[in-house]
Amino acid sequence: MIEFTLRRLMATIPVLLGILLVAFTVLYLIPGDPALTVAGPRADETTLNRIRAEMGLDLPVHTRFVNYLLKICKGDFGESVISGKPVLSSLTEKLPVTLKLALISILFSTLIGVLMGVIGAVTRGKIIDRLCTLFSVSGISIPVFLSGLVFLYVFAVKLRWFPSSGFNAENSLMPFILPAFTLGIRSAAFLARIVRSSMIEVLNQDFIRTAKAKGLSPMRILFRHGLVNALIPIITVIGLDLSSYLNGSVIVETIYDLPGIGRYAMEAISQRDYPVVQGVVLLGAIVFIGVNLFIDLFYAWINPKVRDEMLGKLAK
Amino acid sequence: MKTLLKRMTMPGWLSLAGMIIVLVIALLAPLIAPNNPMDTSPERILKELDGYPMGCDQMGQCFLSRLIYGARLSLLIGFASRFAALIIGLSVGMCAGYFGGKIDWLLMRVVDMFLAFPSLLLSIAVSMAMGSGMGTVIFAIAIVGWAEMARIIRAATLELRSAEYVVAARTLGASHLRIILTHILPNCLPLITVIFTMGIATAVLSEASLSFLGLGVDPALPTWGGMVATGKDYMLRFPGLVFYPGACIAFLVIIFNILGDELRDIFDPSRKGNF
Repeated sequence: MIEFTLRRLMATIPVLLGILLVAFTVLYLIPGDPALTVAGPRADETTLNRIRAEMGLDLPVHTRFVNYLLKICKGDFGESVISGKPVLSSLTEKLPVTLKLALISILFSTLIGVLMGVIGAVTRGKIIDRLCTLFSVSGISIPVFLSGLVFLYVFAVKLRWFPSSGFNAENSLMPFILPAFTLGIRSAAFLARIVRSSMIEVLNQDFIRTAKAKGLSPMRILFRHGLVNALIPIITVIGLDLSSYLNGSVIVETIYDLPGIGRYAMEAISQRDYPVVQGVVLLGAIVFIGVNLFIDLFYAWINPKVRDEMLGKLAK
Repeated sequence: MKTLLKRMTMPGWLSLAGMIIVLVIALLAPLIAPNNPMDTSPERILKELDGYPMGCDQMGQCFLSRLIYGARLSLLIGFASRFAALIIGLSVGMCAGYFGGKIDWLLMRVVDMFLAFPSLLLSIAVSMAMGSGMGTVIFAIAIVGWAEMARIIRAATLELRSAEYVVAARTLGASHLRIILTHILPNCLPLITVIFTMGIATAVLSEASLSFLGLGVDPALPTWGGMVATGKDYMLRFPGLVFYPGACIAFLVIIFNILGDELRDIFDPSRKGNF
């Protein structure tokens, strides 16, 4: 297990470096002179040169990349061009809102997705299964900004069940329910497909037939023997979806006016505040790698067979 | 081909018909649209007028004409970005799968890297860095899509590489390029068709999201995502401004999703009904 953990950790290093390289390249290619942004349009050539030297912009590209790496390692994601505040501290300040949104969404998506998937697998080929499939195809096809606006219009404006906008910390759950539902329904649609197919696979196996033959109740077979054995792909999808909530939060937090990372990114996009956007992109990639690592280690820990398989792949 | 078509189910035929209808509308847009979609006028703002079947939007432009022209941009960007992704994904995937070893390791680490980025955020970062325009949008969507493609094609190539006819061709002294082009590529074609179609749905959705965020093509051009974005400020009085373009996006994406599922079942019946 220790060898596996070390090898798995080593394998993330090239990917991390590559991600930083991509982020750096995009930053490097961005049109406009950062020194000019700092100094203002009326600065003369000597001031500009001095600022360029201070920011390290006059150094060769590879030196700048190394400097960039060192800065990131120290937790310095740069400063916002507009407000001048460090990006990292703004991100950590806004993280709780987005995290809460993501967790409630996962709750929704897991409940709806697993239920739909199990129902689909049991009623395979019947009308209920068709309806579940229709739900999941529509769920992954309808853009988040559309479902967000429609839910806002129906539930908040017409029916007045939820506040339409305005976030206050005391009323801590209500403002999250609609946005979390919007995000959750989309992931539920993905999850339902995975649950359905892995349940069908498990339900076709011999031990299910044995369980039926010895007269266990259908519910017990379905959940105790079926779902538990279909759990691995399901957990993977839920885990990997965590970083996709960052995508969705950009749109959903803007529509519902929640002060999280997504809206912070959206404001940065409209103001062309590049360091902030880059910070959010990097955060997303790092979360993805972290979750991936965690899932692999978790599987290796619970199932030694999987560990040996993965170890073989890593050693290659 | 005939037997393949026989395997197509009802939803498949329906979505194929839907796709042809959208394609025809997009191609014949100048003939069908009642007005010029870019023609603004302060007097027509949000009014119902004769000759403007669905009324006018917040800029006084003919709403129906913009919806019709929107199909053009959605399909054009969807197909073009998918094609660009295919070219990159195919070359990377085949090289990695065919040559194996160090090349495979290196290329797959690059693929891992691109898969790690949150897709929409990477598109946003790229289109901000490159400035607005059609080419930017296509590139920003393709750079997200190619990695998944490369991974699937690599797996298929890896399997084909050790097939007997490939080994035989190799022994006969065929060049690598010849083997890839005449033996491996044709055998990957069904798979390529399936992932190409399935990916169009995602590409259309990404284009709509980028336009919604104001990072798409020129906002004056009629795109469905852009129409939702500008219409949402008037949603309380005129929900149609958001609902119709949104429904168009959802319709097109559903069609390509069903079509992709259908093609996969046709080419690989053993996986029918499974994911």
